[in-house]
Amino acid sequence: MENWARFLEVNAPRILELTIDHAILVSLALAVALLIGIPLGIYLTTNQYLADTVLQIASITLTIPSIALFGVMIPIFSLVNQGIGFVPAFVALVLYAQLPIIRNTYTGIKNVNPEMRDAAIGMGMKTRQRLLRVEIPNALPVIMAGVRTAVVMNIGIAVIAAYIGAGGLGVLITQGISRNDNYLIISGSIAVAILAIIADSILLFIQKRYTKKVVAD
Amino acid sequence: MISFNHVTKKFGENITAIDDVDFTVEEGKIVVLLGPSGCGKTTLLRMVNRLESITEGEIIINGENSKDMDPIELRRKIGYVIQSNGLFPNMTIEENVMIVPDLLGWSKKDKRERFEYLMKLSGLDAKDYGKRYPHELSGGQQQRIGVVRALAADPPVMLMDEPFGALDPIIREKIQDEFLQIQREVKKTILFVSHDIDEAIKMADKIVLLRDGKIMQFDTPSEMLAHPKQEFVSQFFGKDRAIKGLSLHTVENLREVIGLGPVDDSVQDTKTINVHQDLRNTLSMLLNQEADQVIVKDDAGENIGTITIDLVQKYLHFEIKGKVSASQEG
Repeated sequence: MENWARFLEVNAPRILELTIDHAILVSLALAVALLIGIPLGIYLTTNQYLADTVLQIASITLTIPSIALFGVMIPIFSLVNQGIGFVPAFVALVLYAQLPIIRNTYTGIKNVNPEMRDAAIGMGMKTRQRLLRVEIPNALPVIMAGVRTAVVMNIGIAVIAAYIGAGGLGVLITQGISRNDNYLIISGSIAVAILAIIADSILLFIQKRYTKKVVAD
Repeated sequence: MISFNHVTKKFGENITAIDDVDFTVEEGKIVVLLGPSGCGKTTLLRMVNRLESITEGEIIINGENSKDMDPIELRRKIGYVIQSNGLFPNMTIEENVMIVPDLLGWSKKDKRERFEYLMKLSGLDAKDYGKRYPHELSGGQQQRIGVVRALAADPPVMLMDEPFGALDPIIREKIQDEFLQIQREVKKTILFVSHDIDEAIKMADKIVLLRDGKIMQFDTPSEMLAHPKQEFVSQFFGKDRAIKGLSLHTVENLREVIGLGPVDDSVQDTKTINVHQDLRNTLSMLLNQEADQVIVKDDAGENIGTITIDLVQKYLHFEIKGKVSASQEG
């Protein structure tokens, strides 16, 4: 216990700093992933053929091991002198977040009660009105579930990004492994876990706050 | 007015869902599309607001060919009620009811006034229910809201697709009565889909009986019950169609035609009914032997006579056989 106290006394500011870096990396990637994934998911509900293709590509992306994807990023981004560091990690995280966000947006909207959709069309709503007033509000719990999956997953994957110099809590863990320092490994892992729990709780709170109880049931 | 001019719908080359359907729903009348499952009644209804396309023929709505109208505008001019009421769970009752006026860009004040009027029609309190969500209402209340929502922008034409089908029998009958009451006030031109014979007899000014996309008979309920033109029609209405038909007649009708029996004051075990009660319920009561003497009262509460099973039978004979012989002579 004394060892831990001493360790934290020395390393607490650094852990905090790395946690913030980690959170920034993940939230920026999430913001961009939302900007791409949600409109794309919504659009796909109106184009069945494209939907099958896009969802398949997104599924395949997810099967690429993260360490491999980060590795692939290096030569690509070297072309613009950004081979290692923040940019390739950020792009990889955006790609990883796509599948849960696109898929849940798409299925959430597709699974809105067909009678509700029928009523909306029959009352004379245009496609855009139907999406905004009826389908998206009623699909929100499913869409938010996808966003939460993406966030928690990305917080984990971002740990690997330390290998390509993107910083974040992965730094503690990789250093701990190479120095055989359990304090670094454990503190890094716990910080990642706490970050994931906090992020998920915040999103759950937002979800509950902005979806009507009725819709969630 | 809705006119179907030789309307046909085909799915692909070989499947004919609607086959040369030709009839008119007169202004302010209710026409019920009746028939077994898969006869095409819902498809036909949905062709009116262009949720389904028309292969051949045309549907004329108040003088305009539906094909020539913008589908969005067309739908906003037609009230649409579906079985599961189709209320949107993410919107309050007021938002739900005011959807079409909102789409049409009505002012806040107009919407408010209209909402209060409609809620008065529905028998639900505007203040109390306006801010609630659909799941906080009972099935019957939701369906009432579904109906007044279709009336929101005061459309001349309404399409109702088994609107009361999901309700339990007691609530259903109550809401049917309420709806007929509303219809007497608003006088919409209504096309109504049902698979429930009793509902069709009760609601319809005229019934279209469909089978495999073809019209079997288009007639008033009493004509259809008394004089089915085809084997299928009489089969569909069943052997008890005479009894079903009695719900179209009241004790008052019977009194006018053959008169009531005298009141016997010495009988102790008596029951009274109103002169406007329908004959079907009256007959059921008589068959149940609920009392030795059933006394008929008028609206003022005066005893005007008694009714017996014999009188009902005599009336039935007169109504059905009488008309047959009349039409044979003619």
